[in-house]
Amino acid sequence: MTAALETTGLGKRYRRRWALTDCTITIPAGRVVGLVGPNGAGKTTLLQLAVGLLRPTVGRVTVLGGQPAESPEQLGRVGFVAQDTPTYAGLSVADHLHLGAWLNPRWDEDMAQERIGRLGLDPKQRAGKLSGGQRAQLALTLAIAKRPELLLLDEPVASLDPLARREFLQHLMEAVADQELSVVLSSHLVADLERVCDYLVVLAGSKVQLAGDVEELLATHHRLIGPRREPCTMPSDQEVVGMSQTERQSTFIVRCDGPILDPAWTVESLSLEDLVLAYMARDSEPKRQRRSHLGVVG
Amino acid sequence: MIRLTWRQFRFQALAVLAVLMVVAGVLLVTGIHLVHLYDTTVTSCRATGDCARATTAFLNDDHLIQVGLPPVLLVLPPLVGVFWGAPLIARELETGTFRLAWTQSVTRTRWLAVKVAVVGFASVAAVGLVTLLATWWLSPFDSINSNRFSPGTFGERGLVPLGYAAFGFAVGVTVGLLLRRALPAMVVTIVAYIGTLLTMALVIRPHLMTPLTIVKPFPVPNANGGVSVFNFGTSPNDWVLSQETVNGAGKVIGQHGGIGPNGGLGFDITPSGAVKVPGLGTCPGAHLTPPVPGSDVPTTGQDGKAFQACVNHFHIHQVLTYQPASRYWAFQCYETAIFFVLAALLVGFCFWWVRRRLA
Repeated sequence: MTAALETTGLGKRYRRRWALTDCTITIPAGRVVGLVGPNGAGKTTLLQLAVGLLRPTVGRVTVLGGQPAESPEQLGRVGFVAQDTPTYAGLSVADHLHLGAWLNPRWDEDMAQERIGRLGLDPKQRAGKLSGGQRAQLALTLAIAKRPELLLLDEPVASLDPLARREFLQHLMEAVADQELSVVLSSHLVADLERVCDYLVVLAGSKVQLAGDVEELLATHHRLIGPRREPCTMPSDQEVVGMSQTERQSTFIVRCDGPILDPAWTVESLSLEDLVLAYMARDSEPKRQRRSHLGVVG
Repeated sequence: MIRLTWRQFRFQALAVLAVLMVVAGVLLVTGIHLVHLYDTTVTSCRATGDCARATTAFLNDDHLIQVGLPPVLLVLPPLVGVFWGAPLIARELETGTFRLAWTQSVTRTRWLAVKVAVVGFASVAAVGLVTLLATWWLSPFDSINSNRFSPGTFGERGLVPLGYAAFGFAVGVTVGLLLRRALPAMVVTIVAYIGTLLTMALVIRPHLMTPLTIVKPFPVPNANGGVSVFNFGTSPNDWVLSQETVNGAGKVIGQHGGIGPNGGLGFDITPSGAVKVPGLGTCPGAHLTPPVPGSDVPTTGQDGKAFQACVNHFHIHQVLTYQPASRYWAFQCYETAIFFVLAALLVGFCFWWVRRRLA
């Protein structure tokens, strides 16, 4: 089965600044992928490269086995909801549905109409007069009704209030269940994604820090609390991702495939948020990162 | 894509169409009347000879339109560029809607092609309709009182406004694409348009075809002190580019029929009685009575001969360069073609930019 999104050594430079460097990931099809990272980590760049709005400076990106935006067919296979969900302010909701029908041969008019009806949007309403949540829903409708195989959403809920967030994600998940979509959605908040994602990619400092199945990640990461120890004394199969030290006590976040056998540790499971934060922190504190690499040697 | 472009453009298009219909209606009704008037008054009086009164009366007809129409023709092409060209892409880039448009099942090349084709065609068609009607409407007046080559007239009649419209539109689209914001793009568009048109009118247009030249001997002041009128045999509708006074070696020593910088007659008589030609030197052998200070140059039969000898010595003659009136349509076609080619180059650049650089 072809991967939904595959990148090799992908990098993008804007004038002098690299927004994304050496990004190599494979995202399997049929998953709901959370792309998490702090602001400016390269999430938008990665998504826009995947949909063909941007061209890579170096490396390769393959989407559903094809080059992004290489042909109308390829464009039709990928749905995209851009950050801040742009819509034509002067055009009405109905006009936007027409737009979708005119520009997409696989357009599902019934589904679009049904969604607009269920959302309670007035077809005559101009998009410029919609609330942020309604606009996001309209943009999502456009992206879903073109019947893509892969749906990319760039911070779709960032500007929405909590209620609208929940509603938006709920609609998204219904569509995923109905259409067997692959979805990649980005956010700088893990909490937004926790409920919907089964695959996670953490992007920080223009680099991929972590990628993998959510359950697997949760099963292999542990928080270890015990008497103070230096990270370089940790066993070789335990990769130290993060740590905090007090005079007497050490807290490590480690990645380890097997069970933790050392009885000195109190082992706790991690929430997705803790996990993501640990990987994000690795990038923001480069010194710590070097030491944790040493810890691998044991 | 055509339907989307039309949906985005239709209010502007219909509004302009409505205004055009009104303008066309007014021009048609008054124009038919004008042609009739011209035939009955000016044309018929030409047969009898004295036309001054009939023409003067005719020139007062429809004064408001007569005065108002040329400025409209002047500003219409750049307005098209500013209001239809500049925002076309810039607005999409500014509001982020290009991300919506470019991720539908339509390549951005096709997106740009349809937008440029639909709105560009509307621009040229709107300007073309007004210009052709106005050219017809103004033709009786033009035939009476103006040289069709004059800078104020040439660019506002016939075919060239179509080229200007295409060019103005293309400049607007290109600038909008590069600046990515509609308002600055509109300002830059108008500046770029005016700059290009001035360059064309003042620098390039006179040389689109090699001008013809007529060489005539320099006329010497005659015995009565007057200068014989230059007659190069050109028609009033020819476009005179320059009339220079030149010596035998080709050195230009005066303009507009004179010698010296101010177009004066140019023979200086020194207090000693020697005759000098500015820029060339003293005429050998010529010696005249010095003029009384404050009076005009005394020209007697003897002086005339002295001047003539001077002219002969230096081989002073007049060179007129001009474009004959018969080349009018050739000039119209050349200039129109140049602006269409410029527009095509700009649009080509836009395609390249949208595909390669805006990514």
